[in-house]
Amino acid sequence: MAKATFKIWRGDISGGELQSYQTEISEGMVVLDAVLQIQGEQAGDLACRWNCKAGKCGSCSAEINGNPKLMCMTRLNTLPLENPVTVEPMKAFPLKKDLVTDVSWNYEVKKRIKKFKPRPPDAPAGTWRMFQEDIDRVQEFRKCIECYLCQDVCHVLRDHEMHEQFIGPRFLVYAAALEMHPLDTEDRLQDLKDESNIGLCNITKCCTKICPENITITDNAIIPLKERVVDEFYDPIKKFLRLFRRSPKKDNE
Amino acid sequence: MSSASLPIKRSFGQTMRKGAWWAYPLLVFLVLFAFVVYSTWAAFQGEHYRFGNYLSPFYSPELLGGTESFYGSKPSWIPDWLPFSPALLILWAPAGFRFTCYYYRGAYYKAFWADPPACAVGEPRHSYRGERKFPLILQNVHRYFLYLALIFLIFLVHDAWKAFWFTDTRTGVTSFGIGVGTIVLAANVFFLGGYTFSCHSLRHLVGGKCDQLSKFPVRQKTYNCVSCLNRNHMVWAWCSLFVVGFSDIYVRLCSMGVWHDWRIF
Repeated sequence: MAKATFKIWRGDISGGELQSYQTEISEGMVVLDAVLQIQGEQAGDLACRWNCKAGKCGSCSAEINGNPKLMCMTRLNTLPLENPVTVEPMKAFPLKKDLVTDVSWNYEVKKRIKKFKPRPPDAPAGTWRMFQEDIDRVQEFRKCIECYLCQDVCHVLRDHEMHEQFIGPRFLVYAAALEMHPLDTEDRLQDLKDESNIGLCNITKCCTKICPENITITDNAIIPLKERVVDEFYDPIKKFLRLFRRSPKKDNE
Repeated sequence: MSSASLPIKRSFGQTMRKGAWWAYPLLVFLVLFAFVVYSTWAAFQGEHYRFGNYLSPFYSPELLGGTESFYGSKPSWIPDWLPFSPALLILWAPAGFRFTCYYYRGAYYKAFWADPPACAVGEPRHSYRGERKFPLILQNVHRYFLYLALIFLIFLVHDAWKAFWFTDTRTGVTSFGIGVGTIVLAANVFFLGGYTFSCHSLRHLVGGKCDQLSKFPVRQKTYNCVSCLNRNHMVWAWCSLFVVGFSDIYVRLCSMGVWHDWRIF
């Protein structure tokens, strides 16, 4: 049976190093299989977060050969196995141990985004009516599995560590899902501009490229939100016209 | 079991990525740099931009200073030492449209400013302001350049139409025909049209800002069309860049007598 070499990051916040492990591989294996095999046979104390092994729980995010990926969705036959495969933890979050990072910052960010605020019910039974074509656009954003790979690859968080100022692509997608919802009446544009600092995104599309759910993050979520912010705060003609027109959000109320 | 050190904080260009991650940003840098150099040179020439019924897109609309300009020849009050050409009066608009384009922004931030050099690759600078402060906050003017680009497109359609009508130099009779230049100028309109109509700002303006498009069937159809084009905005951006540059080269070389315009029909 063939063998492959894996260089896995071992250590915690105080320091660490890449350690090499050789393990047997077989057809159909993914990186997570190899890491769990190494954990079972050679490194019982290797910390690794995983759950579904099906690309749906978003737990096994890591950097494989320098690319943010889900370990369970990265087949070994897609990697150049003649060289060692490096497996590292995500760089944008504090390291706990080995491949496990503390992603709780994301949960705090999510709490800060204004919640869904539907218009009054359309029917006496307290239900709403909406058309599929209106909900189609936000349906894509619901595919997010919160693996936070987009947050990891975003250079604003990864390299510039602007966690206090920028909410990152994941939560711009979340805000877009709420803001574009046909029933929603909440206005998040001021927050997007001042609190979430959407202007820090310079649309390099790394988040879109690495999304395991293939959500078109930049084109369908971030840029439309940027355009809405431009409408509200930077376009002088729009500002002038708004003196005479109600906002579409208000029309929903 | 062997070990190797791993820097958590990475400096400029450091990455664990394998392969030639630098190739794409380098290619973008070279192509954009070459285009900027050539278009600037061509804009300053002020000659060989017209060949028969063909007009170079770099010089369209020809407002002032040419033989067939809308507002006549170069005014006498413009001093001779000041560089002047009809292209200098108009090229700022399409250049601004491309410079502020959402696709090109992402591409040249990487290629020219290494911010970041590529995805998951270390950056050269620690400070970062993004597009929320001056000067990059001015990128929000993109929609105004879109309005200008739509107007320019009308002129380019007119130029392409004129490229179908050839005047016999001996008899003075004008007749319908197709030359290679006709196809080049028509292709230019096609690709520039695709690029302009796939613009993210246009997508927003025609319907993206509306959460209940089902109430407006015409806007919904328009939004769907622009969204369909928008999926390939990058392809439109590059194709239109090559074709507009080639259109100028074609007209210029025909005008200089280097190339002969082959009349197909």
